[in-house]
Amino acid sequence: MKFINILKIAIKALNNNKLRCFLTMLGIIIGVASVITMLAIGQGSKDSIKAQISEMGSNMIMIHPGSMQRGGVRQSSDDMQSLQVSDYEALAELPGVAAISPSVNSGGQLVFGNNNYPSTIYGITPEYLDIRKLKVAEGTMFTEHDIKTAAKVCILGKTVVDNLFPNGEDPIGRVVRFGSIPLTVIGVLESKGTNSMGMDQDDVVLAPYTTVMKRILAIDYIQGIFASAVDEAETEATIEEITAMLRLRHKIKEGADDDFDIRSQQELSEMMNSTSDMMTILLACIAGISLLVGGIGIMNIMYVSVTERTREIGLRMSIGARGIDILSQFLIEAVIISVTGGIIGILLGFLASWLVTVIVNWPVSIQMYSVVLSFVVCTVTGVFFGWYPARKASNLDPIEAIRYE
Amino acid sequence: MSEKKEIIRVEKLRREFKVGDETVKALRGVSFTIHEGEFVTIMGTSGSGKSTLLNILGCLDTPTSGDYVLDGISVRTMSKNQRAVIRNRKIGFVFQNYNLLPKTTSVENVELPLLYNSSVSSQERRERAIRALKSVGLGERLYHKSNQMSGGQQQRVAIARALVNDPVIILADEATGNLDTRTSFSILVLFQHLHREGRTIIFVTHNPELAAYSSRNIMLRDGKVVSDTYNDEPLSALSALEALPKDND
Repeated sequence: MKFINILKIAIKALNNNKLRCFLTMLGIIIGVASVITMLAIGQGSKDSIKAQISEMGSNMIMIHPGSMQRGGVRQSSDDMQSLQVSDYEALAELPGVAAISPSVNSGGQLVFGNNNYPSTIYGITPEYLDIRKLKVAEGTMFTEHDIKTAAKVCILGKTVVDNLFPNGEDPIGRVVRFGSIPLTVIGVLESKGTNSMGMDQDDVVLAPYTTVMKRILAIDYIQGIFASAVDEAETEATIEEITAMLRLRHKIKEGADDDFDIRSQQELSEMMNSTSDMMTILLACIAGISLLVGGIGIMNIMYVSVTERTREIGLRMSIGARGIDILSQFLIEAVIISVTGGIIGILLGFLASWLVTVIVNWPVSIQMYSVVLSFVVCTVTGVFFGWYPARKASNLDPIEAIRYE
Repeated sequence: MSEKKEIIRVEKLRREFKVGDETVKALRGVSFTIHEGEFVTIMGTSGSGKSTLLNILGCLDTPTSGDYVLDGISVRTMSKNQRAVIRNRKIGFVFQNYNLLPKTTSVENVELPLLYNSSVSSQERRERAIRALKSVGLGERLYHKSNQMSGGQQQRVAIARALVNDPVIILADEATGNLDTRTSFSILVLFQHLHREGRTIIFVTHNPELAAYSSRNIMLRDGKVVSDTYNDEPLSALSALEALPKDND
């Protein structure tokens, strides 16, 4: 009964000063919206940086035959014949492996008409493109069918194209010779430039691994396997799966050395992790500062708006409001303002994040925790700093309050 | 006057304030009794203790010693909240600077004391507020906002607010202090009118002219009552108002 009256008083008081009410609310709206938007932009950048590093092949795993001692002489790993096509097929079944391709390669002279160029031919499967983040710019990739039939087709890197077709002819459909084997060019790779070691990544020729094995090298083993883990974080676990599988298949006794060698892009994944950590700290700083600034803004406007109403409080007390009535009224006002402001702030935060994506084309990702965190911090600050000066005022003598200037 | 009900009785009222190390004695033993239907002016220069006395009479403050009985209830030992309830039910305040809620209609301003009284329904609240506004001559301005009205009109709203809870006593603190002579007299006419209706009024002022329009005048100096005189034939504020030149150019 009494509460209804206090509620009416609070609503009337809010209604009677819409501007003050709006300004107070604005503090909370800006506080909440800025935290949500800043964190959405931060998280979006973090995700996009992660995706770019991942694009560099940070989840790549390379498997080579291990160098073994044979009669006291350490052999070059290229001469080992321990990896088989069946190993590749078995590893392809592992759940942690996203893409996998065997690898055989051979250096040689490529010839087209009057032009020739020394390059390396890589025998692989189409999944190799995913692992190395390569793209076919023109033409098509070869198919599973080409692999089965050891088709005489190839894909050329940009450097090879420039050297074999200096006049800018379309290489697609032309037949080039690799050594004595004629290969039909069915595609050209998108240029990747040099890698971090200064090696030209466009100086490649890709062909089905069966073609390279049977027609060029005439071997029945593979020289290596390229794979990619489902996720950077899973790389280590996937390496363990692969190790276990290969040891089992190669019947290696416990305690004996592996007859293969697995490498990953450790440098890249470390960079990925440290970048990710740095972004997380950056985000925490953004959130902390936004909340602090928002909180102080709310604190100020709440404190001032209650303090400037000291006379009103004095009047209410002199006509019979008890301390608790005053306190309840201001608490209700603070709750209404803070919660409404908080909700509007959330909506505005979503809108601003959306505008950032649409207008500036930045990646954003709205975080649920930022919504909850900013709402809770801002409303609690709002309610507290609405309540605190009201409590002070309600403890004042009505005489002092009503004469307050 | 002895057949009339006793509204206020103060006995040996003392009030001391501590200011730093010094003790300021604002009231040094004030005693008087006010009966129903009296229109009392309490007069004194600043520093005479009249504001302190008004605060105590209005249950805003409590005396250091002495007794204060309002409408048969001793106020001295009451808690803050109990005094708030007493103010709400038995006292009507009229302040020098009106103290209306800004941007609020007359009717809502007048309703305010009743909002803090849960036994009054919202319908009754509205009816009583309208009746009070009509009785101060503002029946036409029920829904005007306080900032759209002149000082005299605002003070009338404040008087209506003081009347709405049907108090046993109306306490006016320099109620004409902020108004020009003409408006002051018209407010005084209103107070005399309320007095004739049987209301008990205490009017605190430093303006000695006003004593002639009340039925009793208590003079304070240095925290003591120096004179307490009854005025059986108060002047009519209405005729004084009519005697004023219409245009003061």
